[in-house]
Amino acid sequence: MLQDTTTSRMKPAIALEGISKSFPGVKALSDVSLSLYPGSVTALVGENGAGKSTLVKILTGIYQPDGGSIRVADTETTFPTALSAARAGVTAIHQETVLFDELSVAENIFLGHAPRNRFGLIDWKKLNADARALLHRAGADFDPTIRLRDLGIAKKHLVAIARALSVDARVVIMDEPTAALSHKEIHELYALVERLKADGKAILFISHKFDEIFRIADRYTVFRDGTMVGEGLIADVAQDDLVRMMVGRAVGSVYPKEDVAIGEPVLTVSGYRHPTEFEDINFELRRGEILGFYGLVGAGRSEFMQSLIGITRPSAGAIRLDGEILVIRSPSEAIRSGIVYVPEERGRQGAIIGLPIFQNVTLPSLSRTSRSGFLKLANEFALAREYTSRLDLRAASLDQDVGTLSGGNQQKVVIAKWLATKPKVIILDEPTKGIDIGSKAAVHAFMSELAAQGLSVIMVSSEIPEIMGMSDRVIVMREGRIAGRFERSELSAEKLVRAAAGITEAA
Amino acid sequence: MSKLLKNRELLLVGAILVLIALIAWRFPPFVAPANLARVYNDTSILIILALGQMAVILTRCIDLSMAANLALSGMVAAMLNAAFPGLPIPVIILSAMALGAVLGMVNGALVWKLNIPPIVVTLGTLTIYRGLIFLLTNGKWINAHQMSDAFKSFPRADLAGIPVLSWLSVVMVAAMFLVMTRTPLGRAFFAVGGNPHAAVYTGIDVGRTRFFAYCLSGTLAGLSGYLWVSRYAVAYVDIAAGFELDIIAACVIGGISIAGGIGSVPGAVLGALFLGVIKNALPVINISPFAQMAISGMVIIIAVAVNARAERRKGRVILKKAEAV
Amino acid sequence: MAETHLSPRNIPDRLEGRGVRLLKSWESLLLVVACLIFLGNSLASPYFLDPWNLSDATFNFTEKAMIAFAMALVIISGEIDLSVASIIALASTAMGYAVQLGFDTPALVIVGLSVGLICGVVNGLLITGLGLPSIVVTIGTMSLFRGLSFIILGDQAFTGYPDSFAWFGQGYVWWVFSFEFTLFVVLAVIYGVVLHKTNFGRAVYAIGNNQTAALFSGIRVNRVKFTLFLLTGLMAGLASICLTSRLGSTRPSIALGWELEVVTMVVLGGVSILGGSGTIPGVVLAALIMGMVTFGFGLLNVPGIVMSIFIGLLLISVIALPILWRRARRRLAH
Repeated sequence: MLQDTTTSRMKPAIALEGISKSFPGVKALSDVSLSLYPGSVTALVGENGAGKSTLVKILTGIYQPDGGSIRVADTETTFPTALSAARAGVTAIHQETVLFDELSVAENIFLGHAPRNRFGLIDWKKLNADARALLHRAGADFDPTIRLRDLGIAKKHLVAIARALSVDARVVIMDEPTAALSHKEIHELYALVERLKADGKAILFISHKFDEIFRIADRYTVFRDGTMVGEGLIADVAQDDLVRMMVGRAVGSVYPKEDVAIGEPVLTVSGYRHPTEFEDINFELRRGEILGFYGLVGAGRSEFMQSLIGITRPSAGAIRLDGEILVIRSPSEAIRSGIVYVPEERGRQGAIIGLPIFQNVTLPSLSRTSRSGFLKLANEFALAREYTSRLDLRAASLDQDVGTLSGGNQQKVVIAKWLATKPKVIILDEPTKGIDIGSKAAVHAFMSELAAQGLSVIMVSSEIPEIMGMSDRVIVMREGRIAGRFERSELSAEKLVRAAAGITEAA
Repeated sequence: MSKLLKNRELLLVGAILVLIALIAWRFPPFVAPANLARVYNDTSILIILALGQMAVILTRCIDLSMAANLALSGMVAAMLNAAFPGLPIPVIILSAMALGAVLGMVNGALVWKLNIPPIVVTLGTLTIYRGLIFLLTNGKWINAHQMSDAFKSFPRADLAGIPVLSWLSVVMVAAMFLVMTRTPLGRAFFAVGGNPHAAVYTGIDVGRTRFFAYCLSGTLAGLSGYLWVSRYAVAYVDIAAGFELDIIAACVIGGISIAGGIGSVPGAVLGALFLGVIKNALPVINISPFAQMAISGMVIIIAVAVNARAERRKGRVILKKAEAV
Repeated sequence: MAETHLSPRNIPDRLEGRGVRLLKSWESLLLVVACLIFLGNSLASPYFLDPWNLSDATFNFTEKAMIAFAMALVIISGEIDLSVASIIALASTAMGYAVQLGFDTPALVIVGLSVGLICGVVNGLLITGLGLPSIVVTIGTMSLFRGLSFIILGDQAFTGYPDSFAWFGQGYVWWVFSFEFTLFVVLAVIYGVVLHKTNFGRAVYAIGNNQTAALFSGIRVNRVKFTLFLLTGLMAGLASICLTSRLGSTRPSIALGWELEVVTMVVLGGVSILGGSGTIPGVVLAALIMGMVTFGFGLLNVPGIVMSIFIGLLLISVIALPILWRRARRRLAH
């Protein structure tokens, strides 16, 4: 943090001034400014829809600003194409490691600027040798000739970073780089960020996780509704101030957990196992209970939940619902028995963005709204109205395509869709991942309300505050097995992390 | 299985060798070098076309208009020759290729600038290009006697014991291999098909890359147009009708993924050869040539099933004990 | 967010009335085109408006349209079936073969429909059972099915269909209304209802928009897709009966290239080739347009291939024009 005092005197590596960008009907950015300094990490924070990703796209030449200027090393410039931004030394590492599975590691690093021989042809020998050297600098030592598809997600990140080093980037944008990483991988990433800093790169770090922002960032910039509402040194700011700037209003409790009388067991899972993904899963879920499933990304929680609803088949194990043994072979059977799963990947598994809101909501309940296989639109609108209003959905009409809604409102539609089936058990997989704080609070409040009405809730989450704030009981999974069980009274962040990471008390 | 996956081409070589061995068992003269050379020569045009289609499929597009492009370019080449018999053959070849390239650019521009799905664009231009031949000729044929001897004999001319047609296809294969493995454009084809979003961030213009892929397939279709017309010494509206599907079949058999981003030059060549061997072998082993279509249909289905198995990624292994294996 | 202070209970069902949506739809554009072509034809040729001539004209689209209805569902679900023309050939060959064995008309109909169904089952199993891409599978079965016809027939032809069999392709139900046209109307209504008014139709749209989300929502994706390929097979069998009956003979090259015409009809009808949207009324209008263009050009002695250029241009321009129009409007707005 010693550099912080010096950055103000340094010239920025890149400076955006008065940038505006509009899309039909939306002002995505209005008059924002942002300066990134060499050897310094600037955290960009803001709710979803605050304009962060638009800014990244302007910085990388994907979008053109309507107004404002971009200065690189004190020279005014424009980025009419992605290539021109890359040539100016701006590189982005994205949330979904966007690289090429079918190409080799070396090619991924050098795609677009591969070394050529004197005939203008790609020089593979030099390419591989240079790639090896860059990987080494990024702290990785694997073979650059293997195909990217054979690497895990953390190693793919290293490849992306080696790529950033290869173009001799001045500016490295990291857009939620830790979203898909495990605990250990995140620490490796922090080490890398330190190395990039030492190399004098200017880093823009976008994240929703405050602990990591306070850990690695030197400066912060806060966006709200497409405008810049605050910036400064991390050392001079408190977490609460950042949240207040982001939200612009006082947030009520984000975790409005109500005390509910827990009833009799509703769902009993015994001896669930799968050849490669999980084994020995036993637990009971009771009426009115919120059961948290904590673990690191890749601990097998989603895989297990999906086997409960028949997406994958377990090799052994039994489910009892209200005491009766159930065999579930497909999601439609799960819905009929009263077990529903709100998937983690909203865009891919949850919402059907090309269909209107009401059709999304009624899709799993069509057998109830229709008569002998024929649609009854009036019933559909009634059902959709009932559940979307309970979730406080903001939309212009129920006939609006879900794709036109914000992430938080899309998630409300997805949850409404599952609730409309009148389930006995609802499984929510990362229900507030990537949605803004306002929507988060609405989802949590609704979760409490559901439990109070006697529904049983399983909540899969990788966020410790959410798990601790909302659960009556927590099960921790690690590498496909149950690694710990905790009552609400005995919960602590340390216990959860230890169980999830496999650190024994003695060690 | 993972070894096989990496050596998709090797698997195909094996399949072709087994096929040739089976044929040789029934009809030994088939494996005489002269006959194998004849089979290759007969497959040359398909190989050239498959190379172009491969580039297009790699970028997640498809070119259904290749055969129609071939027919139109071939017809124009024949008409040029009939009108100006003195025109040197290289000029005719270059004009056929240029016309083919222009027709390819039309496809490419519609895909690039208007974002129309490739299958719709080329479905449309397929009928348009064929219709243009009719407008150009009023449905008349150009027969052998209207073509100059030089026009007809060029692909048959002997060069070191092998016809020029075969040489041309060898040169095209080598050139395409160079383009695909050693030039930024070739690698861009893979990148655009493998992950279009990432390609944009890498500074690759997805639309323009697709445009170039169509230019390439168009140029190769133009070249094939001349070769086809001179080889069979006739040009009319319906030449190579339905051949677009044989081209795609060759690519599919060669392991080029219809979803884009996966494929290779050797794969395309081997896929075309596989079809060529079957086509040439059927008459000699006393199977009705009418069975060829059904057999290539079966081969396509088997090839896509095999490729799909190889491409299917293993599920994430979470349990430690399974990882140890 | 600040400008949308809608109280949640105030979300209206719809912003636009039924009429406004209808006016803005692709189908109304097609209707205008259809009317213009109708008008143009009646001005260009004095023979066009004759009811019997019009009735004759319907034969050049009814068989393709039958398949196009099922194909529309397949394409909306995000798949494609390129083997339909080959199914016609195989079904026709099978019927011709059955004639040689002495089968009579009812048995021939059963043979035609069953062959269509079996081909549909083959496609469906390969696509949903093995999870293969439909475009490649049906390019394969396209060769396979027609190839089987070639193996059976070679360069021969089957003729000698019983007289009663001729009714399907040549008979009239009432006045100028042929059996084929009547079947076209009935099937249009059935498919329209199935796609737009039933749970099954909703499932088709959901799958075409997002297959994974549809599966998670409890839709039996594979079962729906299998049914769709079965239906296209069945419709191709039905079209084969009509076509064979109309021609009175079977050659292995029967209906060559129809798959592309059927797909053109579907896309022209406003069905997105990428899946997820489209309507049956659109396909009906596209069928009428293609039929009228063919007929009108025929009256003017324009060769068939020129008309195929027109269809090709129409296909590209109906998709390109709205895109260009939107662009021009955006430029004006700036």
